[in-house]
Amino acid sequence: MGIDRKLRVMVAKPGLDGHDRGARIIARAFRDAGFEVVYTGLHQTPDSIVTAAIQEDVDMIGLSSLAGAHMYLFPEVVNLLREKGVDDILVVGGGIIPDDDILKLKAQGIKEIFTPGAKLDDMVDWVKSNVKPRSI
Amino acid sequence: MKTEGAVEKVIAGDVRTVARLIRDIDDRIPEVRDVLKALYAHTGKAYVIGITGAPGVGKSTLVDQMVNHYRQQGKSVGVLAVDPTSPFTGGAILGDRIRMQRHSLDEGVFIRSLATRGHFGGLSHSTRSAIDVLDAMGKDYIIVETVGVGQDEVDVVKSAQTTVILVIPGMGDDIQAIKAGILEVGDVFVINKADREGADKTFNELRQMIDMGHHKYEEGKWKPPILKAEAVFDRGVTELLDTIDKHRGYLLEKSRGKRPGRSKERVREELAEMIKNRLVQEVVDRMVESGEFEGAVDTVMAGEKDPYTACDDLLLPKLRALK
Repeated sequence: MGIDRKLRVMVAKPGLDGHDRGARIIARAFRDAGFEVVYTGLHQTPDSIVTAAIQEDVDMIGLSSLAGAHMYLFPEVVNLLREKGVDDILVVGGGIIPDDDILKLKAQGIKEIFTPGAKLDDMVDWVKSNVKPRSI
Repeated sequence: MKTEGAVEKVIAGDVRTVARLIRDIDDRIPEVRDVLKALYAHTGKAYVIGITGAPGVGKSTLVDQMVNHYRQQGKSVGVLAVDPTSPFTGGAILGDRIRMQRHSLDEGVFIRSLATRGHFGGLSHSTRSAIDVLDAMGKDYIIVETVGVGQDEVDVVKSAQTTVILVIPGMGDDIQAIKAGILEVGDVFVINKADREGADKTFNELRQMIDMGHHKYEEGKWKPPILKAEAVFDRGVTELLDTIDKHRGYLLEKSRGKRPGRSKERVREELAEMIKNRLVQEVVDRMVESGEFEGAVDTVMAGEKDPYTACDDLLLPKLRALK
């Protein structure tokens, strides 16, 4: 029997940012790429995102932030995952994020940052080549 | 998933193990069968409630409120929320959590979104086993929310002890209400968004439909009550929970204290379904993997065979081998 592991990803909006059009478009692109996309909706805390990601057993969390709080919110998600002993959920981010911050975020464990102008196809390709569904 | 250890962890309520196990069930990892076999002895304690209805009638919102009420009673709750898989890409947007996220930090609540993955009937093929897992995990209540259904997706009835059908005012006339299918299977009807125009008309139509089947409700049999609710404002939810409780009491009495709602008919159904799934997995999936299936498609496309012959040619050797 070949095993067909389906990729499960979460798209989440942490913090008090009310703009989720981008997140929805990305969720839709992931859906069209054949992933199962858990969408949490707006105004999530890092804690609620991590708990949901664990319950949903996703392979990746995509965080979207357009409101400037990414330097706190994104690393906090990574830290909480670590605290809970989770080492197989990859975290990426997207939004309006200055170049200087990108390096700092990557240093803190965010695997990739997508900024305005990023192409949907490129993002899907990135996920396909960097996120491996769980082994058995 | 390794069998040893996993069973104990599930029973101890370990969230990661439970989450992974459901994933493995969804991905049809053969090893999970051993875990499920061992877990089965620990099931039968949870009460399973099915919530079904058309898209947009408020299923997720109602489930969210129900979870809230059960938590106030100190009961633990598992939620399985099913959303559709794209028939074109195999992808899915699982958005039922959006309405339930306030419970995400509550350790007494476990919410899992499931995609249908090509399964018809309103649930995923994994739902029944996922119910067993949450049951073994020790949840007091398990709420199963189906995909938004049309008229014919009645699988949830086979898994739930109480099936709640959610409708909203103005969704069709009284002919809709006498059609076969989903309206036949409800144990409780809830008219949600009952502040909208037409709620009374919908109520009367449902009442008539149920009354027309009055011969079924003789001798103290359960007659489906119709409730009104506005789930978003938490109106009518207490009444719904009371009604579910009454139905549970009715089933308990009927089963004389044994596992309520577990009739011979249901076991027959469950086993038949399991055999069917397994057969598809062992026989059909292998044909697809080996390329035999695509080969047969090509012969039909090229006009070399009719599809009936192609089907025989593929299947008969396999069936003979089974003998």
